[in-house]
Amino acid sequence: MSTIELRGVTKHFGGFTAVKNVNLAVSAGEVVCLLGPSGCGKTTTLRIIAGLERASAGDVVIAGKRMNDLRPDQRDIAMVFQFYALYPALTVRDNIMFPLHVEGLDAQTNAERVARVARMLQLEPVLDRLPNHISEGEKQRVAVARAVVRDPNCFLFDEPLSRLDVELRQTMRGQIKSVLTGLSKATVIVTHDQLEALTMADRIAIMRDGVIEQIASPHEVFARPTTLFVASFIGTPQMNLLTAQFDGVEGTHGRFTVDGQPIRLAVDPAVKRLAKGQVTIGIRPRAFIPEGAGSADTIAGRAELIEPMGAETLIHARTPLGSDLRVVVPREIKVKSGDALSLRTDARETHVFDGSGKAVRT
Amino acid sequence: MTDMTVNAPAGSAPSARMPLTRRLRFGRSASGVGDAGWGRTIGATIVSLIYFFPVFWIILTAFKTYEDALAVPAKFFFTPTLENFAQVFSRAYSAGGPVQNTGFALYFFNSLFISGVSVLLALAIGTLAAFGFSRYPLKGNDTYLFMILTTRMLPAIVVIIPIFIMFRVTGLAGTYLGIIALYTVFNLPFAIWMMKSFFDELSPDVEDAARIDGSSDVRVFFKICLPQVLAGLAATAVFGLILTWNEFLFALLLSGVETRTVPVAMSQTIGGDIGVRWGLLAAIETLFLIPVIVVTFALQSQLLRGVTFGTIKR
Repeated sequence: MSTIELRGVTKHFGGFTAVKNVNLAVSAGEVVCLLGPSGCGKTTTLRIIAGLERASAGDVVIAGKRMNDLRPDQRDIAMVFQFYALYPALTVRDNIMFPLHVEGLDAQTNAERVARVARMLQLEPVLDRLPNHISEGEKQRVAVARAVVRDPNCFLFDEPLSRLDVELRQTMRGQIKSVLTGLSKATVIVTHDQLEALTMADRIAIMRDGVIEQIASPHEVFARPTTLFVASFIGTPQMNLLTAQFDGVEGTHGRFTVDGQPIRLAVDPAVKRLAKGQVTIGIRPRAFIPEGAGSADTIAGRAELIEPMGAETLIHARTPLGSDLRVVVPREIKVKSGDALSLRTDARETHVFDGSGKAVRT
Repeated sequence: MTDMTVNAPAGSAPSARMPLTRRLRFGRSASGVGDAGWGRTIGATIVSLIYFFPVFWIILTAFKTYEDALAVPAKFFFTPTLENFAQVFSRAYSAGGPVQNTGFALYFFNSLFISGVSVLLALAIGTLAAFGFSRYPLKGNDTYLFMILTTRMLPAIVVIIPIFIMFRVTGLAGTYLGIIALYTVFNLPFAIWMMKSFFDELSPDVEDAARIDGSSDVRVFFKICLPQVLAGLAATAVFGLILTWNEFLFALLLSGVETRTVPVAMSQTIGGDIGVRWGLLAAIETLFLIPVIVVTFALQSQLLRGVTFGTIKR
């Protein structure tokens, strides 16, 4: 069975703790993305799975076997590196063939395998070139080809698309996804690009400071972020996070004071249990519904800067006491800079985070 | 890119848009003139000729008779003779005396054998040591590297007495083993430092990738790392070879009759009852130059990358 399991994995570098008590289980055929800002420990976690780093504590279990003490070459895994790490002295063909030597197959079978992945990744025209003489996109495909040519326990990808331009990135995202779907292996992809994670992953693990803050499906992390960090990290434009005073609940609405302005917002029923005090309200830019000026239960603001984004318009607005708001509206709604806005929200789209940054939710 | 180099018409003008690295690669294109332009090429030719002149003069002298070699003013045009070359290997030591074998065939063999073996040994040991220092650093790694370098800081003349005594006591004096070991030790610091700088430049990711792809450390070294440092090996070999090939002082004191090298034998050819035979010396010198030129020429494509390594950032 192709599975990966991390149990309480911790990694110290001197006095610095890069990875703190990470628990993660990837089942066969599942693609999990480790997503987070640079320095959050996601690459270290990947290298621990690969055996390139030793965990200071905890267990790495691959295909049901504890692998802590095994070297990378004994783990039977395939990895794609951020900078591709192609073998400079070998031709593309030999690069792809390199991992096959461990399987001890005859030359004929090896050649067939190479031909198969070369066809799959459109590398046939460059098979006899050296890595320095092919394009960036081709290098990336060679790296993928080298990983999928074998039949390993699992796949690891370290920032696989970060070096490609936007257009190529889109193509490769689809290509990698389709290659992985056909292989049904446990796969871990490290990325700092949320779009990459949202589109390629079955589940996303969002990391910060060596800790996994939330593991859930792409929809879940977007719709129901469990912490303030996840809420602010996922989604573009960024979620609006307003510091507010919580004054209790009235029916389905919570009463808050934002910038000295009392407002009622539709909230999750769990908010009832929350004690009065300082909270953070999170509202996605697309969750605002512009209303007529002065409507009840709305946040007031003034449009400052208008950025047309094609189908939608991004409005940078400011509340009377100076908090910034990002609001995205359909392009049909015409707003001019300086216009007064009155913004209503939807219960499903209003997130309340308690004083410790945890989401208050049923 | 390689195809373009070959197809570029001879003397084609340099392209200003071309990135620097490419132009450097093109600088060595088949046409020779290529991107440098005629002005620079002529300038470089003149400088090269000035440097080459002593060598040219040696070769010219090798073909001169005793009288021609000493002629004042110096002769550029004369009837060449191969007499000197023949006399390198066998000649009469006094006028009218018997023609004897000079032993130079053996001395040339000694020079080739001793230099070749010691350079190869230094390269093999030095490369492995450099890989170790680069990839598996010890506590106090830099201290060890510095200590290795200090062995080259003293001038040879300072250490010759202790080494001479060591060779006497151990019975290594006059043996191939002794002189080869000494030259190997001579070349090692350079080989280690040079090769370490090459290994340091390699991407560690590439080695990690090879490990993940199922390679042992040994396979990583031979299949992945070594092919990437061929330029370094070539440069190290040529430098080591030149150093060893020309070495005189230690060879003079520590080699025996059977293990004498060409520089020592050459010095002993100076003198004799009719004065210095410049033609003969020049003939020995000419023959002596051939192996170094051949090796340098054979490795020149790697050498350029080797000696410019680190000075040009890719």
